[in-house]
Amino acid sequence: MTTAMVEKYKAFYRLLNKTSRTLVDRRFRQQGQCARGGSAASGLDHRPDAVVEQRVSYLGCPKRGLWTSARASLPSFVDGGFARDYPMNRCRSFGSVAGEIQRSSKFATLNSDDVAHFKEILGERNVVQDERLEAANSDWMHKYVGSSRLLLLPKSTDEVSRILKYCNSRCLAVVPQGGNTGLVGGSVPVFDEVIINMALMKQVISFDKISGILVCEAGCILEDLISFLDNQGFVMPLDLGAKGSCQIGGNVATNAGGLRLIRYGSLHGNVLGLEVVLANGDVLDMLGTLRKDNTGYDLKHLFIGSEGSLGIITKVSILTPPKLSSVNIAFLACQDYLSCQKLLLEAKRSLGEILSAFEFMDSVAMDVVLNNLDGVRNPLAPTAHNFYVLIETTGTEESYDKEKLEKFLVGSMESGLISDGVLAQDINQASAFWRLREILAQIEPFVYEWTSNHRGSISAEHGVGLMKANKIFYSKSPEAVQLMASIKKLVDPKTILNPYKVLPHSLMSYS
Amino acid sequence: MKIMVAVKRVIDYAVKIRVKADKSGVETQNVKMSMNPFCEIALEEALRIKEAGLASEVVAVTMGPKQSIDTLRTGLAMGADRGIHVEATGDLFPLAVAKLFKALVEIEKPGLIILGKQAIDNDCNQTGQMVAGLLGWPQGTFASKVVLDKEKQEVMVDREVDGGLETLCLNLPAVITTDLRLNQPRYATLPNIMKAKSKPVKKYTPEELNVATNSDLEVVEVTEPPKRKAGVLVSSVDELIDKLKNEAHVI
Repeated sequence: MTTAMVEKYKAFYRLLNKTSRTLVDRRFRQQGQCARGGSAASGLDHRPDAVVEQRVSYLGCPKRGLWTSARASLPSFVDGGFARDYPMNRCRSFGSVAGEIQRSSKFATLNSDDVAHFKEILGERNVVQDERLEAANSDWMHKYVGSSRLLLLPKSTDEVSRILKYCNSRCLAVVPQGGNTGLVGGSVPVFDEVIINMALMKQVISFDKISGILVCEAGCILEDLISFLDNQGFVMPLDLGAKGSCQIGGNVATNAGGLRLIRYGSLHGNVLGLEVVLANGDVLDMLGTLRKDNTGYDLKHLFIGSEGSLGIITKVSILTPPKLSSVNIAFLACQDYLSCQKLLLEAKRSLGEILSAFEFMDSVAMDVVLNNLDGVRNPLAPTAHNFYVLIETTGTEESYDKEKLEKFLVGSMESGLISDGVLAQDINQASAFWRLREILAQIEPFVYEWTSNHRGSISAEHGVGLMKANKIFYSKSPEAVQLMASIKKLVDPKTILNPYKVLPHSLMSYS
Repeated sequence: MKIMVAVKRVIDYAVKIRVKADKSGVETQNVKMSMNPFCEIALEEALRIKEAGLASEVVAVTMGPKQSIDTLRTGLAMGADRGIHVEATGDLFPLAVAKLFKALVEIEKPGLIILGKQAIDNDCNQTGQMVAGLLGWPQGTFASKVVLDKEKQEVMVDREVDGGLETLCLNLPAVITTDLRLNQPRYATLPNIMKAKSKPVKKYTPEELNVATNSDLEVVEVTEPPKRKAGVLVSSVDELIDKLKNEAHVI
C-alpha cells in the first residue's frame, strides 16, 4: 500500500459509518509458536494458552452460520497477492492482545461435575461439546479463536441465572455470545471460558401497536425482528450489514449504530428497558416500557455498550419507529473532501427530517469494490470521480420527497458541490447502490491494522472487545477508566464475565 | 424515424405484495410504485438505437391514472425526448391499451414500437401482440437482441423461445417486445433529470382518441396461493408407501 492510498483509507475510515460485515477471512499463526501442532492445514490447535490463528483467504458471507464463499483475490496492494497455503514463516499477530496475556490462574478449569450440573439445569441437548463448539470458538472473521470446551444454550432467564450463579460459585469464566458478528473479538473466548449463547431465547414477548414498543428476548435475530415489525408497519431503529445473523442482545451490548443512526439515533435513546442477569445470578428487572422514567439512576445505560462485561442481557424493550413508505436514494460524485463535508451540512439543512442516511467513499475504495466483486457497476461510469456520496431519504409522500430531493440535488449541482449523480428509480437500483457501500466494510481489517501499527487513533465504532482493550486510554481519561474498573469490580467481583476484554488488564486483577 | 416506447407504472418489483382483505385486488396504498422492469429495458433499447443514429426521436407513452406521470418523468429522465400520457381511470386491460396505441400510432406515425414483454402486475404478455395485430405490423416478441438496418428498413430480432433462440427478420414498421437479457437499463442521471423537466408531455383521454375502454373481462376475485403445508416425517417405509397410496394417491 502506498502512503497516499493509506492516507485516503485513514480519512475514509474515520468517516466510516458502522457496518459489521467484512468479507475477508484471515487467520494468522502466532509468532514463534508455529511449530507446535504440526502443519498449517485445517483444524484448530486446542491449546489453552494462546490464541491460534491460521491464514486462509476466501471471500465469505455469514448468514445464520451458513458460509457462501466465492473465490476472489485479495486486492494486490495488500500483501502481494492471493496465497492459499499458509507459509510457516509468515506468522503475525493481528494487533491483538492475546499473544501478550496469560490465562488467569484464578479461574477454575471445567470438569465433568460442572458439565453434569449444567446438563441438569439445561437438559442434555443444550449442553454442547460437538462440532458446533468449534464455530462458537471463532469470531466470523477468524481473527480470534479460543479454546472453550463447553457451549451452553439457555432457553430462559431462569436458566441463565442458574448457570451464572453456579459459574460464580465455582469461579468459572464465561463469555456471553449472540450472533458472533463482532469485529473486535469480544464475542469469543480468549482461552477456555464457557460460552453462553443466547440463540434459543428468541421469543417476541409483546408488541404495542400504538406506541411501537417491542419487548423481546435477547436472542432474537435482527432481521427476524425487522420482518416481524414489517407486518405491523414498523421498523427497527437500527440496521446493519450483519442483520441476518446478529442478535438484538448483542446489538444492545455493543451499542450498535448502523446505517440509520443519522435518522433514529443510538440505542441509548431507543432502548427503553432491559432485563439483565448479573454475575452472581441475580436477575435485574429494568424492563420498563415508559418513554421517560426519572425514578432513580438509569442503570440500563451502564449495560448498553458494556460488551457483556457487566451482565448478560436477557430481554430488551425497544422503541420502534413507524415504517415510512417513501424511500429515495441518490448516488453522487464530489470533487474533493471539503465538498463532501459541505454537502452533508446542506443535506441536513435542505432535506431536514427526511434524511435517513449519508454515506461516503473515495475513488480508491470504489475501485477495490468494482475490481473484486461481480455484478456491481459504478452508477457514474465511465467517468472516475474522486469521492462518492450516498444519500437516502425516508418519508411519507413519494412525490413530495422526490421533489425535495431533486431540488436539493439540482441546487447542489448548480453550486458545484456535486459534479454528477444518479437517482435510483426503483428498489432494485436502490439495493445496488447500498450493496456498493456495504461491501466496502471488507477493507476495515486492513485499515485498522495499518492504523494500529502506526499508533493511529482508534475509533471505538465497533467496540473495544479484546482487540482494543489495552488501548482504551487513547479515547478515555484515566479517571474515567478507573471508575469503569470500580464499577466492574462492584458488579462482577470475581470478574467471570467476559474477562480480558473491554478494560485494560493493568486495572484488572487477572493474575 | 420515430420510436414509440410503452412504459407502465406498476408496483415495484422488490415489494412484498399483499392481497386486499376484500379479495378485490392487491394492496396498492402506500406501496412503492415504479416503472415496469421490462419497459425500462424497452426504453433503454430505444435510446441505444437513437444514440446509434438510427432514429431521430424516442417518445415514451404511458396510460393510466394521474400518478402515471411519475413513470413518464422517469422515462424522460432516462433520455426519452417526449412523453404522451393517456389519462384513464379504472382498469385498462391489454385490448383497450392496444386500441389506444393504434389511435396514437395514427397520430404519431412511428417507425418502430417497443414494449416490455409483459407487465409484472398482470403478467398478461398480450399488449405487444395485440398492437401488432390491430396495426397489421410484423412482431418480434421476447427479443434478446435487436439489430436495425436503416437502409433496408428491416430489423433482425433474436427471440428467446423454449427451444433456444429464433432469429426473425422484420420489415419496418414493426412491433418488438423486450425480454430480460436484451440490455441493462441506464440510471437516471441528475443532468438528465434536470433536462426532463422541460421536455413536453402531451395528455390525451380515451374519449379524445375515440376508443372505448370498457372490457369484456371482469376480475372476480384475487387470492393468495395456498400456503405450503409442512412436511410430515414418517417412521418407516411401510408408512411412506401407505401415505403415498392412500393420501397422496400417486401410487
